[in-house]
Amino acid sequence: MVLVYIDHEDQQLKSSSLEAMSYGAALAKQLGVTAEALVLGTTPATLSDLGKQGASKVHHVAVDTLNHLDVKVNSTVIAEAATQLNATVLIFAHNINGKALAPAVAVKLKAGLVTGASSLPKTENGFIVTKTVFSGKAFASVKIATPIKIIAINQNCYGIHAADNVAEVIPMSFNIPSPSVKMTLVEKVKGELPLTEASLVVSGGRGLKGPENWGILLDLAKELGAATACSRPVSDSDWRPHHEHVGQTGIQIAPNLYIAIGISGAIQHLAGVNRSKTIVVINKDPEAPFFKAADYGVVGDAFEVVPALTAALKNSK
Amino acid sequence: MKILVCISKTPDTTAKIAFTEGNTKLDENGIQWIINPYDEWYSLVRAIEHKEKDPTTIIHLVTVGGADVEPIIRKALALGGDEAIRVNLQSNDSFTVASQIAAVAKNGAYDLIFTGKETIDYNSASIGSMVAAILDLPYISLANHFTLNGNDAIIKREIEGGEETNEVSLPVVVSCQKGMAEQRIPNMRGIMAARTKPLHVQEPIACDETTQVMQYELPPAKQGVKLVAPDNMDELVRLLKEEAKVI
Ligand SMILES: Cc1cc2nc3c(=O)[nH]c(=O)nc-3n(C[C@H](O)[C@H](O)[C@H](O)COP(=O)(O)OP(=O)(O)OC[C@H]3O[C@@H](n4cnc5c(N)ncnc54)[C@H](O)[C@@H]3O)c2cc1C
Ligand SMILES: Nc1ncnc2c1ncn2[C@@H]1O[C@H](COP(=O)(O)O)[C@@H](O)[C@H]1O
Repeated sequence: MVLVYIDHEDQQLKSSSLEAMSYGAALAKQLGVTAEALVLGTTPATLSDLGKQGASKVHHVAVDTLNHLDVKVNSTVIAEAATQLNATVLIFAHNINGKALAPAVAVKLKAGLVTGASSLPKTENGFIVTKTVFSGKAFASVKIATPIKIIAINQNCYGIHAADNVAEVIPMSFNIPSPSVKMTLVEKVKGELPLTEASLVVSGGRGLKGPENWGILLDLAKELGAATACSRPVSDSDWRPHHEHVGQTGIQIAPNLYIAIGISGAIQHLAGVNRSKTIVVINKDPEAPFFKAADYGVVGDAFEVVPALTAALKNSK
Repeated sequence: MKILVCISKTPDTTAKIAFTEGNTKLDENGIQWIINPYDEWYSLVRAIEHKEKDPTTIIHLVTVGGADVEPIIRKALALGGDEAIRVNLQSNDSFTVASQIAAVAKNGAYDLIFTGKETIDYNSASIGSMVAAILDLPYISLANHFTLNGNDAIIKREIEGGEETNEVSLPVVVSCQKGMAEQRIPNMRGIMAARTKPLHVQEPIACDETTQVMQYELPPAKQGVKLVAPDNMDELVRLLKEEAKVI
């Protein structure tokens, strides 16, 4: 059985987890087994809806202390559930919680782990998973040699696909170990879409000259319903908040659309965005290296092009 | 306070990646090796900052790798740290590497174990969580701020769309990222001192690899950029809607 760990936040299931469910369902079909889901904690989301991504059952440990990520505790619960349910493959989204949990679960189940998977495994001859390496500059095929296998999939690599199962929700109960960490404060950026969950991203670099010029970028992002990002020097100079910094040393994203405005396209910047499906580059320098990595390019002054693009989007509605 | 800092070696961030031997090995020709940026800038420097405040702090560095990692570990010693341990094993299997680090950690009875958030070559982001699981310790990932209050660590970590503060009793394993500390460059005194700091080499504990890299592959080249005239944004909108189908 393929067991998919489903994450939730802000009263909804994360889209990266729905994608993991679709991936798990496709893998289960390939292996001729069922795909089931595991949810920890409490959420008002309708769990039987996971059938729409191919789950036949949803196992639910409805204990609200599990809503908070305590890696030691939550990984123990996941590993015990997987053992009770006889899961042979576990799927996680390679998001913040998945990155923390999957390796700990792998240790507990003595399972081989591949994180950052970018496509479905090849299973005719062994079990081989392709993952991104060198910050998106290459792929590696990795063979998992253990009886139980764990895969953490890159966000936006597979997509969310519709199925028409109705999943049965089955409560599970455990003796939950006592917490190992105490959460004392949560600070969320209000009203903004988290960058890692966004499918459209508009990003600005030093070419915008100063924080006072960000209005044109924000207008475009608003028109598109996109999240905003920036290059490292921009966040280093405090023109934009640090959580917007994408790249090798910032966060890595893979949206459907990345629009880069006044960013030169240094290799360290590309390492954070090169898995984007479509890249649009707006830069006044035709020699800017970013054009080599772009699908669409506009050679021009951002201060003219960006407002024109926003206006064109408005007109097209 | 005893801190263990995990140090790994990676190709320089600007390295051009290519493969040899039927795409089974990284082509090391012309590659400059560096300390993995997260290990250097954030976890090691944060440990050094702590030692500067509390000189009784002992910092050990650990690396799992062949003799070729020694220049990197010397550079890390030049930044700071008292001693280094190299476990003489080359492996790309996270569990194998984590098992070696856990064995070193168990021997040294450390209060704190720092790793980077991920290596920029294999991008596994796994070692810290695995070390914590092997040692049955609490684990905090993606830390961007760290302070100590007696025997408790107060750690801010990234969550989706924000930050969260956690309190945890030592010992704990922490994966470090931007925000933990400011990047430094080693000075002459540090470089001289590093030459005589102890670098212990020890043989690995027995451990079966759970995964194995079979082959590498470069991504298909981009089709080439389609240029749109700056005064024709209607066309760009059309392309994004009808061709790329992303909006
Ligand atoms: C180890 C290491 C790690 C790094 N990690 C990261 C990282 O994670 N993320 C990151 O972003 N960088 C990172 N960097 C820095 C990176 O090398 C570049 O310096 C940085 O990305 C450049 O930012 P930029 O493109 O905004 O600025 P610049 O390189 O200064 O580019 C500005 C661009 O704007 C264009 N421009 C200027 N005026 C206009 C205008 N009016 N209209 C349109 N275009 C205009 C220019 O032609 C130019 O191409 C790292 C560097 C190192 C050494
Ligand atoms: N071979 C190694 N030796 C010592 N530490 C390592 C090694 N590989 C990874 N690490 C540590 O684990 C972190 C995460 O690495 P990874 O899980 O491989 O992405 C790195 O930032 C290092 O701090």
